[in-house]
Amino acid sequence: MKKKVADKNPRDNSILNLCFEEGLEKLELVVKELERGDLPLEDALEKFSVGVMLSKICLTKLNAADRQIDKILREEKGQIVEYPLDLEEDD
Amino acid sequence: METFSVSSLTRYIKSLLEHDAVLGDVMVRGEISNFKRHYSGHCYFTLKDSESTLRAVMFKGRAQFLKFEPKDGLKVIAGGNISLYERDGQYQLYVEQLIPEGMGELSLAFAQLKDKLAAEGLFDESRKKKLPLLPHIVGVVTSPTGAALRDIITVAKRRHPGIQLILFPVQVQGTDAAAQISQAIEILNRRGQIDVLIVGRGGGSLEELWAFNEEKVVRAIAASDIPIVSAVGHQTDYTLSDFAADRRAATPSQAAEIVAPDVKELRRYIITLYNMLESHITSGIERRQARLNQCLESWIFERPERMLADKRLVVDGYVQRLEQALNQGLLAKRHKFNLATDKLSMLSPLAVLSRGYSITRSFEGQVIRRAADALLGQELEIMLAQGRLAVQVLRAEEAESREKESS
Repeated sequence: MKKKVADKNPRDNSILNLCFEEGLEKLELVVKELERGDLPLEDALEKFSVGVMLSKICLTKLNAADRQIDKILREEKGQIVEYPLDLEEDD
Repeated sequence: METFSVSSLTRYIKSLLEHDAVLGDVMVRGEISNFKRHYSGHCYFTLKDSESTLRAVMFKGRAQFLKFEPKDGLKVIAGGNISLYERDGQYQLYVEQLIPEGMGELSLAFAQLKDKLAAEGLFDESRKKKLPLLPHIVGVVTSPTGAALRDIITVAKRRHPGIQLILFPVQVQGTDAAAQISQAIEILNRRGQIDVLIVGRGGGSLEELWAFNEEKVVRAIAASDIPIVSAVGHQTDYTLSDFAADRRAATPSQAAEIVAPDVKELRRYIITLYNMLESHITSGIERRQARLNQCLESWIFERPERMLADKRLVVDGYVQRLEQALNQGLLAKRHKFNLATDKLSMLSPLAVLSRGYSITRSFEGQVIRRAADALLGQELEIMLAQGRLAVQVLRAEEAESREKESS
């Protein structure tokens, strides 16, 4: 029982560190595994909780729309300098 | 003077031709005549102009990649080397490349560079990098003034409002264009943190799009560590940049669509997956619950005494059989016993007595069978069926009066 808990924590951390795409792939995999319906109940419940966590992480990453400022790079005296991109809107 | 054999002279001439700096790699303009495609796949024809003819052969290994069908009267530019066919003593052009002349210089350069870079493997599918599904930062290499940039920004932001664009402004046509574009790709690669690049421009003539066919640009695209989507011109325009890029977009707007995921759609998809998770786990639990219920609803749990009832029936059955067996044995024995006692009673002297006979004995117990055995005045004992009598002999007569005595 203790071993299981010890195994679980680093994996949970690794889930948190996944990029969106990896998270989505894992989520799809978990859904597929649960869909087959042949897992022991304990495993199914654990997969379910992992899946719930993955879908939350993916949604969080999607929603992280803290409006980035677009940039434009210019060369000035041999240096590349970044400025905010400012397009005059015509419409 | 040395005398040659025909074949050694021919070989000598052949070696002269093959070592010539010009003839080893030459482009010839002419019109095709006598074109024949041999069943082996090799093509034989003559190139001619108003004054001369040149025999030419294109072996199957090259001919099979021709994108057009050569035919008599077609003006072409043939590239290859001049050598000599020893058997016929005929020099001829061994054709490596055949381009219809109408294509013009640029098309020729395009075809040549394309073949060269393809041979290097720059366009191989195996080199193509996968595009990130949800890029955070998109680098854009294009003109800061063109419609392409506005299209890219509009489409990308509509689909993924959180996406960040970093523009590297370049000239997309003119003499500096190729150098600027390739340099921009390199600088953005060095900058880091950029997930994907869009390199391109809006539509234009072949000449205006030319920078994207230049070797420098094509190589920079192929060498990029960041995945690149090319977006040059319109649907029908293909540039070498398109071949080297990881994905080709038909237009800059399409490049933005390829690069920026539709966040709303992705969100819907994830929510769908989440709902599937829930429904799968719920149905899994319900299925198990149903199985459990089925077990619990079994009569074993509902009426456990029924399990005993069956057993009781069995026991009762045995008891019944046991009783039957016992009774039958007893009856048989009783019957046998009755028979035996009947038999016995028939043999018993008492039975005879009961019919009215009696037994006379002396007190000593001797049975008196003849009158002569008794003495006058002797006391005797008479046994009856019921009880006994003590008597005294009054008279004794022999045989003939025996009935009288007994009555």
